[in-house]
Amino acid sequence: MRFLLIEDNSALAAAVVDRLSLDGHVVDHAGDLETAKDYAATTEYDLILLDIMLPDGDGRSFLAHHRDKKTTTPVIVLTARSEVSDRISLLDLGADDYMVKPIDFAELEARCRAVLRRRGGGARNAIVLGKLEFNPASGTLKVDGTEIQLRTRELRLFEVFINAPEMVLSKPALVDRLFSYDEQVTENAIEVYVARLRKHLTGSGVSITTVRGLGYKLVHA
Amino acid sequence: MTPPVAQGSIRRRLLLLLLLVSAAMAVLLYFVVQSVAQQVAQDSQDNILAASARSVMDGARSVEGSISVDLPYSALSMLDSVTDERVFYAVWLGPEFLTGYRDLPRPPLRDQSTMAFASREFLGEQVRIVSVGRPFAVHEGQVLVEVSVAQTLSGQRQTLTEISHMALAIGAGFFAISAILALLVARSTIRPLDLLTASVARRGPKDLRPVSAPVPHEMVPLVASLNTLMQRLEASLARSEDFIAEAAHRVRTPLAIVRTKAEIIQRSVTKAENRAALREMIHAIDDSSRTAGQLLDHAMVAFRLDNLAQETIDLSALVQDSVERLRPISEIKDITLMVTASDAATIKGDSILLQSALHNLLDNAVKYSPAGSRVEVALRCGDFGPRIDVRDTGAGFADLDLERLTGRFERGTNSSGIVGSGLGLTIAKDVIEAHGGQLRIGNNPKGGACASLLFPWS
Repeated sequence: MRFLLIEDNSALAAAVVDRLSLDGHVVDHAGDLETAKDYAATTEYDLILLDIMLPDGDGRSFLAHHRDKKTTTPVIVLTARSEVSDRISLLDLGADDYMVKPIDFAELEARCRAVLRRRGGGARNAIVLGKLEFNPASGTLKVDGTEIQLRTRELRLFEVFINAPEMVLSKPALVDRLFSYDEQVTENAIEVYVARLRKHLTGSGVSITTVRGLGYKLVHA
Repeated sequence: MTPPVAQGSIRRRLLLLLLLVSAAMAVLLYFVVQSVAQQVAQDSQDNILAASARSVMDGARSVEGSISVDLPYSALSMLDSVTDERVFYAVWLGPEFLTGYRDLPRPPLRDQSTMAFASREFLGEQVRIVSVGRPFAVHEGQVLVEVSVAQTLSGQRQTLTEISHMALAIGAGFFAISAILALLVARSTIRPLDLLTASVARRGPKDLRPVSAPVPHEMVPLVASLNTLMQRLEASLARSEDFIAEAAHRVRTPLAIVRTKAEIIQRSVTKAENRAALREMIHAIDDSSRTAGQLLDHAMVAFRLDNLAQETIDLSALVQDSVERLRPISEIKDITLMVTASDAATIKGDSILLQSALHNLLDNAVKYSPAGSRVEVALRCGDFGPRIDVRDTGAGFADLDLERLTGRFERGTNSSGIVGSGLGLTIAKDVIEAHGGQLRIGNNPKGGACASLLFPWS
């Protein structure tokens, strides 16, 4: 996905850009409102991450400006303020959701998905592999045109695999992608989810194979 | 807040003062009327007495050196005409008594041709006496003829009593009218103060606008200082809100950098113990940022509890909102958030606070539930008022000591390893109790915890 990150703290912005590119996202960073408006006017983004406290004004004014232009790009506000008191005004101003810093990227991913689902994220990013059709924005997986009901975590595991076909993914890497940091997990938990996913993928021509001692990879027969 | 100490009342003092003044005026009026009436009555009696005495004197003649006195009838009859007063007279020729009542006292004449008045007692009655003197030429030279005429005072006194009664009635009437006027004056003087009080008391808890309604000149300094006070209060409130926001920003931005970098490093680290250390680090960062957040929330809650808003809140919308807000987080753990019942219910209160309370209960439920489980939220209207139950399928409360669990920074004995600040239940309890309800915690028969917000009907 293509993100626009509007954040004045350059150290934090650099870290967020790095972190999001690890998941294969493309991120443009704007340090102030003026730059942000220029970027937003010239590039079409899937999602905008907006900090509220900016050197040349309040992020709320960007929200108002953004909504006036009738663009459909969803905005998730990153706030450092006490969440309850700020929430209503932010959502009233047209933010799609908000998150409190520090950003939990698993939560960010979940909120992005929820926002894109609400906005009916288009099919333009659909990934097709054999009989499989996967729409990462809406999180729907179709085999031969029939939608398969996956639980959230199965879906996210599948998303990790389909974004890196034929690549070996280690169990620790999968744990990082799948579990939040306040859960106590063992790597055995990954085996459980891989087993479930394999069952769903039966007959699709796509399978997950075990690479002994290294991890798993998605292959298309 | 201590109630202001009341000392005296302007209205009462004003009223008392006005009443005192009008009472004094009424008494003064009474005495003035009485004394004027007495003066007038006495003057007219004196005039008649003097005229009578003079006409007696006119009947005195000096014929060839001897004095003869004729008592004209009209002289005494003019006195009779007033009332049935008794009349006395005496005529003296120098030291020699001529006619009348010998014992009738004679007011001493200052010089020979004037007259003198006196009030004396005679034959057991108060009388008014006039003496008139006139010198006559006789053989031996000059002799002073002195005529005294007296009249009793009973009739005059009766008239005076009547007049004095009337004066009393007039005084009382005057006092009554002044009292009513005083009451009206006191009320209308106090009225601007009452109006100001009402307009300030009518205000909502957040209304700190200056008082702009016109007030009397004398109250301008009071209203001016009231406005200054409100301005200062507003500025100080704004400052503390800004301070909280700024503090949150300062704490959270560095935490955000550290956390993000830690996640990036985690991706490239393969050694098991390093990975475990990084996990612990991120866990600790989440812990401290959550604590910072809840501390700020707690401060915000304490602040808002002091001036509790009274909005009409749709509880089912509140439940839906809070659930939708938490759904993405619950999905990370494959936890299904379900609203199992949602009756319609509205209450009066502060929606931001109630959202915070419910959010804390939901957040707890999601946090303490195992992956793949479900959390149920139900809004029901029981006989005792609406209640929101949040049930999870986690380990449940290890102990059900609500007092201990809702103490600040207290956490359940089985909560180790889970991010938390120990302020969530404290906030929920403070908020619901401020709304006249209560927080209840318990364990479900089939396992898992249940936390409930019980509202009163409003």
